[in-house]
Amino acid sequence: MEKRLLEVNNLKQYFNTGSKNEVRAVNDVSFHINEGETFGLVGESGSGKSTTGRTIIRLNQQTDGEILFDGKDVTKIHGKTELTKFRRDVQMIFQDPYASLNPRMKVKDIIAEGIDVNGLAKTPKERDKIVNDLLETVGLNPSHGTRYPHEFSGGQRQRIGIARALAVRPRFIICDEPISALDVSIQAQVVNLLQDLQKEHNLTYLFIAHDLSMVKHISDRIGVMNNGHLLEVGSSDEIYHYGVHPYTESLLSAIPMPDPDHERQRRRIKYQTEPHDGKARSLREIAPGHFIYSSEDEVAYYKKKLQHLKNEKAVAV
Amino acid sequence: MEKILEVNNLNISFDTYAGKVRAIRGVDFDLNKGETLAIVGESGSGKSVTTRTIMRLLSSNANIDEGQILFKGQDLVDKSEKEMQKIRGREIAMIFQDPMTSLDPTMTIGKQVAESLRKHKNVSKKESLKAALDLLNLVGIPDAEKRLKNYPHQFSGGQRQRIVIAIALICNPEILIADEPTTALDVTIQAQILELLKEIQEKIETSIIFITHDLGVVANVADRVAVMYAGRIVEVGTAEEIFYNPQHPYTWGLLGSMPTLESENDRLYAIPGSPPDLLDPPKGDAFYPRNEFALKIDAEMEPPFFELSDTHKAATWLLAPQAPVVTPPAEIQRRWDIFRKKQDQYSA
Repeated sequence: MEKRLLEVNNLKQYFNTGSKNEVRAVNDVSFHINEGETFGLVGESGSGKSTTGRTIIRLNQQTDGEILFDGKDVTKIHGKTELTKFRRDVQMIFQDPYASLNPRMKVKDIIAEGIDVNGLAKTPKERDKIVNDLLETVGLNPSHGTRYPHEFSGGQRQRIGIARALAVRPRFIICDEPISALDVSIQAQVVNLLQDLQKEHNLTYLFIAHDLSMVKHISDRIGVMNNGHLLEVGSSDEIYHYGVHPYTESLLSAIPMPDPDHERQRRRIKYQTEPHDGKARSLREIAPGHFIYSSEDEVAYYKKKLQHLKNEKAVAV
Repeated sequence: MEKILEVNNLNISFDTYAGKVRAIRGVDFDLNKGETLAIVGESGSGKSVTTRTIMRLLSSNANIDEGQILFKGQDLVDKSEKEMQKIRGREIAMIFQDPMTSLDPTMTIGKQVAESLRKHKNVSKKESLKAALDLLNLVGIPDAEKRLKNYPHQFSGGQRQRIVIAIALICNPEILIADEPTTALDVTIQAQILELLKEIQEKIETSIIFITHDLGVVANVADRVAVMYAGRIVEVGTAEEIFYNPQHPYTWGLLGSMPTLESENDRLYAIPGSPPDLLDPPKGDAFYPRNEFALKIDAEMEPPFFELSDTHKAATWLLAPQAPVVTPPAEIQRRWDIFRKKQDQYSA
């Protein structure tokens, strides 16, 4: 039986609530992540995916909703002790490897900060050993510990960020666009590293990104977000091959593939934002594990669409 | 095929506190009229430096140590700054990666688009604004007439990039250099911009040099592809040849590190290590330390180009007659199979 490590229920994150400038960044989002799996959260700029991640890790105070980590509602935890404990279990890797490392700290101190805060090392020698092991784990050298971030490349800095996240032995890591700023071959290195670490330490990941091909590669399940709403959720294969929400379709049809023949044939599907028809919409199941943001009367239509798509592909093969 | 640009033996270095960095080490390529040439490479490969050299927009610590850039029978390397100002924006135009930093935040977009025309073709303010309006309509800015007096911050990222494209095109340049124009944009906006560039190329018959590290984008836009590594071109060919019959191990690495529809949840083929320090370029093949398929000679001697066809050549010792036969990664073999099938079709 799969254990739900994270459960997000009806999460809302609004900014400037009540004013003319109110931004409903996360607007009633619900999903769960099982222990040991990777959940990919995909969407374009402004979709609310990064805000979702930051709210889960309590960098923002949610407007409404609950976030259950290992069964406990973390929106209710206050006080330094409980929050520190939560931060040991849940860590984050950030997008910008140039902005997320303190330029005035040595690499070993950056990595060890969490260890120091949590008192995880009893002697300086022990601290050094933990840090050196971490550096090696992420493919760097213990000698790199005495250097400063500016002496490293983007890919190396991202590895330092990963080492830092691992230092406190978390169970869950939120990866917020960890590879977008990196070159293609370095992306592959970092992705392979993340997958290896997951297997070794039974880590659970929330992988936030806009690169669908990479998300599909690393994720077990995927959620597609747009405009603060989760529009479609399903297994990686299911979403990629049988995504039926119009927004998912438009997103998938826009991805260029390193294949000139495919590119010549590819026809982009343009997304028309759905009219405000006042219908109550939420994520509804149209197939086992496959959910669509829809109204009650739309469910039958999506079920048929999905079935049709599956039949078509079955025949084509 | 008519050549519109010829770059011969370009060698560029930068004077830095650490020493002389040899950023471009012998680059040759041509651009044919009406085509789109993609230059692919990662950070530090020299792709941006190459195109900035064409525009003579290098920083003051840069040296053009050797080479020629022939455009319309003249060598751009010899031109003075005053002469280059007549060419930039008028005959050769450029669009950059981040539209927010390439647009003037204190100038209305109407004025910015018109500026190029006024400077280069001595056109009146009224006429230039009309031309700007036409161009903004062409690039798909909605309600363009009302928005001529708007400022860049009032537009979205995709719209700003369209405005940048309008500025680049207003004088009908013969060559458009696009330096990672869609890297900072979402995938659907990227798709729109690429479609726009293709449309425009058809209408205006401009030749495009497209720089990117995204091979999906290359497959979408390019007629021909040049792959750069550590300041040199390592492989060049038509899009079909590069994607379905790649020969250089670095090209293999790039193609292999991208997840595809077919690839299951296994490891990506990742090229280990990182690009070399060009302060002290190695004497042999710069890719040698990261090259799974390296031969002993790669450490000693830089490989010359070996030709596979009129259009396809690669600088790898693997193509030398005495070289051992190697088995490339599975993903590459899959592509070679596709190429073989196509060849069979053509000869049948």
